[in-house]
Formats: sequence, C-alpha cells, structure tokens
Amino acid sequence: MNQLTIHNISKSFGSTTVLKNVSLTIHAGEVHALLGTNGAGKSTLMKIVCGDYERDSGSISYNGQPLSIRTPSDAKKAGIGIVVQEVDTALFPALSVAENIWADSLNQSPFKLYSSKKERKKTKQLLATLGIPLNPDKLASDCTLSEKQLILIARAMAHDVQYLILDEPTAPLSIEETQLLFHLINKLKKKGVGIIYISHRMPEIEEISDRFTILRDGKVHLTTETKAVSADEIITNMLGSAIGNKKERKRQVSNHTLFRAENVHVPETGKNINLELNHGEIIGVAGLVGAGKSETALALFGASKPQKGKIHLHNRTYRFRSPSDAIDAGVCLIPEERRKTGILLDFSLSDNLTLPSLRRHSKNGLLNRKKEENYASNQINQLGIKASSTRQPIHHLSGGNQQKAAIGKWLDADRNVFLFDEPTKGIDIKAKTEVLSLIKHLADEGKGILYFSSEIDELLEISDKILVMYDGEITATLTGDNMNQSAIMQAATGGTTIEISS
Amino acid sequence: MKSAAELAHTQKQNALVTPFKNKIVHFFVKYGTLLVILALIVSFTLLNDRFLTYSNFADILRSISIVTLVALGVTFTLIVGGFDLSVGSTVSLATIASGASLVWYRQELLVALLIPILLGIVIGLINAFITIKIRIPDLLATLAVMYIVNGIQLTYTKGFSIYNNMPMDDGTTAPGKFIPSFLFIGQGEIAGVPFPAIFMIFCVILVHLFLTYTRAGRLLYMTGSNREAARLSGVAVQRYRTLAYVLSGLFASIAGIVLASRIGTGQVSAGAPLLMDGVAAALIGYSVLGAGKPNALGTFVGAVLIGILLNGLTMLNVPYYAQDIIKGTILIGALAFTFYQNKREIKM
Repeated sequence: MNQLTIHNISKSFGSTTVLKNVSLTIHAGEVHALLGTNGAGKSTLMKIVCGDYERDSGSISYNGQPLSIRTPSDAKKAGIGIVVQEVDTALFPALSVAENIWADSLNQSPFKLYSSKKERKKTKQLLATLGIPLNPDKLASDCTLSEKQLILIARAMAHDVQYLILDEPTAPLSIEETQLLFHLINKLKKKGVGIIYISHRMPEIEEISDRFTILRDGKVHLTTETKAVSADEIITNMLGSAIGNKKERKRQVSNHTLFRAENVHVPETGKNINLELNHGEIIGVAGLVGAGKSETALALFGASKPQKGKIHLHNRTYRFRSPSDAIDAGVCLIPEERRKTGILLDFSLSDNLTLPSLRRHSKNGLLNRKKEENYASNQINQLGIKASSTRQPIHHLSGGNQQKAAIGKWLDADRNVFLFDEPTKGIDIKAKTEVLSLIKHLADEGKGILYFSSEIDELLEISDKILVMYDGEITATLTGDNMNQSAIMQAATGGTTIEISS
Repeated sequence: MKSAAELAHTQKQNALVTPFKNKIVHFFVKYGTLLVILALIVSFTLLNDRFLTYSNFADILRSISIVTLVALGVTFTLIVGGFDLSVGSTVSLATIASGASLVWYRQELLVALLIPILLGIVIGLINAFITIKIRIPDLLATLAVMYIVNGIQLTYTKGFSIYNNMPMDDGTTAPGKFIPSFLFIGQGEIAGVPFPAIFMIFCVILVHLFLTYTRAGRLLYMTGSNREAARLSGVAVQRYRTLAYVLSGLFASIAGIVLASRIGTGQVSAGAPLLMDGVAAALIGYSVLGAGKPNALGTFVGAVLIGILLNGLTMLNVPYYAQDIIKGTILIGALAFTFYQNKREIKM
C-alpha cells in the first residue's frame, strides 16, 4: 500500500522549538486527522509538508523514496496538495471556476496556447467525476466560501494529487455544505487519496476520520484508530494530564447587572447574542478560531453594522449605530488586530493615547498639546509603557507596549465596559502578565469586562465566569468548579451543551 | 512565530547598514526638495540676469497663487486618503459664475464672491455623497463629476467666454462689467506686494494652523491613515471625509474667483490645466522636510518649485510643451525620496 512518511521532523524559529522529531505516516485512501490545541505545531508541520517552510531536520518520503520538498512547487510535483483555511488567498477572484482550477498549469509553460473550450470541457468532466455541482463559467468572486473550497479541491485533483491537506475546512460551512464536503472526501478516499484533516470539531473527527494523531507541544503524543477512542479521551489527550482547573481569585463580584445584551444580532454569523455582565465581573468568552468571537465583540460594540437588538446599560437602553455611540455610552473595545485596528501606526504614542478623549484635550476645537502630553506621560508611567518620549512613533514600540497603549487610550474617563478581543496575541510572557493584571485591576475598580480569547489558560486564570461559543452561538456557561479545560474544550468542539445556573 | 523570527532577522540586517549611508539618505529625504529649489534659483540666476529680481519674484508669487489655492484643496482630500479630480472644472465653473454675475447680471462684489463659493461647496458635497454614500471609488466618482461640472459651465455660457461689453443674445450689450473692487483680488497690490500673493500666504498659514493645531486637523489625518482604527476609536470618519471634499471644492472655487479677477474675463475651461499642477504641488509637498504626508507648507513649497521652474524655463525660451517633460521628471525626483523612505520606515 502507498504511504507518505514524515520522519523525525524538527523545526525551530529562533530559540523557540516548534516541532521536535515528529513522525507520521499517512496511508493511501485514509483520512488522518491532525489534532492539537493552539500552538501545538499543526500548521507549522503542514507548512513544511507543503514546502512553505524549510525543515531543520528530518525527511519526507513516499513509499520509502525520499522526497526533496523545499518549495511549494516541489510539493505539488510530489503530489501533495493543500486547501488552505483562508481560501481567498489561493484564488483569483476575477477569473472563472475553470480558469482557477487550471491556474497552476499555466506556470509550467507560459507560452503554450490553450483552448478555453477544451479547458471548459475538461473542467466539466472533472467536476462530474468528483460530483461537485459547480458551473465552470462562474466567477470565483461570485462563489460562496464553500464553493471556493470546492474549487481548491478540484484544483488539487486536476493535478492528480496523492495526498491532500484540508486545514479546518468546515469552520465557515453550514451543515449541508459540510455534508457535501464529506461526501466528496469519501469519494477521494475511494480513489486512493490520502487526506490529512485538521479540525477542532470532535463530532466531525469521529464521523470522517479513520485514524488521528495528536500533537502536543511540538511532539507526537498519540497516533491511533479513531474508533478505538472516545471524544472525551481525545480531549484529555490533547490537553495533557493536567486538567487545568480554575486558579482561585479572591474577589467579590457584585450582583448588580452593569451591561446586558438582548438579542444583539451578529451579521457575520447570523446568530443573536444574549449575555449579562455584572459590575466588577470578568466574563471569559472562549471558542476556537472561527467560532465567531471577534464578530460578536464587534457587534456588541456597534461596529459591524448599525446594531439590531438592545444593549441595557446603567438602567438605560441603547442601540449602538456606530462605535462612537458605544464609546459615548461608556463601552470600549480593544480589537484583535492590534496593528491594523487597535492603534494608528503612523502616529505618536501620545496621539494614540489621547485619540478617544481628544474632545477633552481641546478647547473650541483647538488642541491643548500640553494637556495631551501630561495625560500621555501619566498613562505611560501608570501602565509601565517603555518609550523614550510621548512623541515617539508608536510603530517603534514592541507589541506588548503597543497593546498597553491600545488599552491605555480608554483609561481616561468613566468607561464601564471593556471588550477585550485576544488581548495577549503576539506579545511576550512578561507583557502578557502585565496586561492580565491590568485587566484584573480594572475589574477591581468595578468595571465590567468581556474577555474574548482562544487561550484557555488565560481564560481560566482571569475569568469569574466562562461562556463558550461554538458556531456563532453561546453553547455553554461555566462557573465555579465547572470551569476547567476539558469542559471548555468539550463545548468549544461542539460536544454536549452544558448549562449550569450559579 | 515566523514573523518574530523574520523580524529579528531584518533588525539584524538593518543594524549592519552603515549609519553613514543612513545619514545621507535621511538628509536628502528631509532637505531634498528645498535643495532642488535652491539649485534651480542658482542656475537660473547664472543663466539669466533678470531672474533674480524683485519684480520677477513678485511675478512668480502672483502666478502660483491660483495653483496653490487649488493644491490646498487637493491636500485635504489626499489627507483623508481620497482624491478629487473635479477641482479643475470647479475652478472653471467658479470663474464663469463670478463673471456672469458681474457682467450679465450686474451684481455687487459680495454676490460675485458668494455664488462661486456656494457652487464649490455644493460640488464638494456631491463628491462626498457619491464616494461615501454610494461608495463609488473617489477617483471614478470625481472623474464623473469633473465631466458634469465641465459640461455645466460650457452649456451655461454656450462655450463663449464672458467679458466686459460683450454682446448679449438679444443684440444688446452686456449690462455689467468686472468692477474694480473685484479686479483688485487678482491684480491689486498692497505696499508693492501683489494682493493674490498675500492672500495665498494667508491661506497657506491658515490651513497649516488648522491641520496642526485643531482637533479636526488631527482627525482628518487619522481618518486617512487608518480609517478602520479611527472608526473603532469613535472618530466620525464619514464626517471628516465629507469635510475634506467640501474644503476641496471651496478652495477650488476661491481659486476660480482669483483667476477670473486676474484675467478680467470669465474664460471657459480656464481651470482645466490647474488640476494637474495642483495635484503635482500637493504630491511634491509630501517630501518637504521629510513630512511623508500631505501638508500645507509642503504644498506651498511644491507650488513654488513648479512656479520657479516654469518661470525660469520660459525666460530661457524653453517651449511650454517641453516644460512638461521637466515638470514630470521633477515630480518623480521629489516623490522618490518620500516613498523610498516610507518603505523603509512605515511598512515593517
């Protein structure tokens, strides 16, 4: 039987080791699930297999024949294809389905004449054999996410790949679309294609995969038949022996409701959100990538579209039509994409810190530079931002210091509700601790905090209560002893819904 | 994780570049444009002894005053990350409007000023509506408006310029004329200094103060620099984009008034060539003192550069069609330093 063997692959970036002697065998005609928490090394491994990254050591071989994979085109020649998670990065929106499918073949001979008639015929045949219901003439830009995925699968099959990597393919799909994809996967299996399937969703893994491998801290933890193990056991194995429990925080949370969202519609996921936040409470919102956390945070902030639904705050009812409505009501957001939307990279530290409160730092429309500088240097001292001066361009600062500024700009006045979206993303451990203690400090002052994160450790450290999101909805509410890694993972991967009233 | 590794790598590489080379690049980025102006003055002075005279410099200032006003408007739209192609035809319309109110309808000074100004503001609002509400990209939207406005001024005048004592359709002579108080705007002098030059410098300083020392100025820049980040910080970005287009229309119409007054006629399509010169001046302004962004003083320096260049080349009898070649070359030179610098510093 044909098999692709990955042997003893190691990879480190700088001083960080990401993969340590990883070995893996994928048989022809099997679906091999690759599992692991965030940062376990799944993506890095797959990027090495596809030639995106070069491995430090180890080998990849096909039926015992070593393959030299150094670039993406090497991988293609070796018959390894990938359907990336961000499908749009691999497609040409202005070209048709057929042109997108055969795009790679143009690389081989740019001067070869080609007939679009023949191409369309070939495409029709290919789509028919795969059972993909797609019109070859449709523009890629008109396709849905699911159709775009199908184009990428068809592209891979057009080049007779032997091994296909699917990176979280079902995250953006509806149930019907998922079924269509699984149908196609089964067809490919019968053709003898080996599939590496990356996903976080337990029910799917049980349904579609034959075997699975769990990566933990860059090492292979377990490879076995899917049927032999239950979903709970898989989760336990992914997380490790320590079922990280809640670290106790001695803090009084008042019973007075500060902020209540009632049927706030999230346009991207099409779901409605209800939640309640007390004075001085930190609610962690857990969920895997693609669960709709950021979208929910933006909708609560009135930033996606004029809000549908109601926000109750301070005994008043609001409907935020724009972020500035939310800010006026005392709600603020520290967005996930810090460099893109959290701060203005072209401006100085002081300009960034005073932005939301500029009205207070000016009189009759004239800026009061002195007042601004005072405020900025005050914030810099309080937050411990390392900068040479208040006028320093913010793009010179480190990620952690930038994040402190992104938070610091909201600390000028009576803001009451803070929405944090992945606030520790891309910052070092020291800055992370500082940011977390800053958030705890805000809660101690009586502010309400919603902490959206996919880092379970952090959620357990900081939250008084944890909500878990799956597919755009809050599917579990965890409090007290129920806040532990396995309960979160279970709910986040679509396991049983847990409802616990405190 | 890769990005962290890459970053460390590039930082290492940057450290290897000799500081001396950095210093030279930095010097030229900052003072390059001013050096070019200085070099032009020196060479024109050597080549022509009438160049470095007070009357010639007064001439240069008078001739660039209109371009500078247009360029100030363009600066606003560039700041918010937009573009306004309709300024040239707005200048034409304003010229016609003031000419028509004076000559055809015998109006007073105030009316001859207010009507073009109102028209300019309305055009700005239309541009803002099309780009912001209908969401047609600014370049396309203002291109369409440029055609429309140009068509309007031609249709209104049937293609003829407006001048004193011109014959009317009914065979009579036009009732009004370009009154002296209106002509003073473009032709007058105060203590030997041309009034349009004084007015231009006043506007430059005013816009500079507005952009540097007011809340609106800061928020205009922030809107242009990163619209989404500004919006998430509570900035009413659509309001500031609208403001930029309105100010662009306003300055174009003021330029139209000065133009009408300077030539003493309402000449059709007189504003068309001002679009390109205005944009060029504002773009050259990016590089002045290494600002790297549109700014009022830079725009003024850009207009001075173009003015000196055209004046000097004309004195040397270089034909006007060849002057465009030199203008374009200078533009590349000025922009090269700005964008070369941006690539090094802003995109990390």
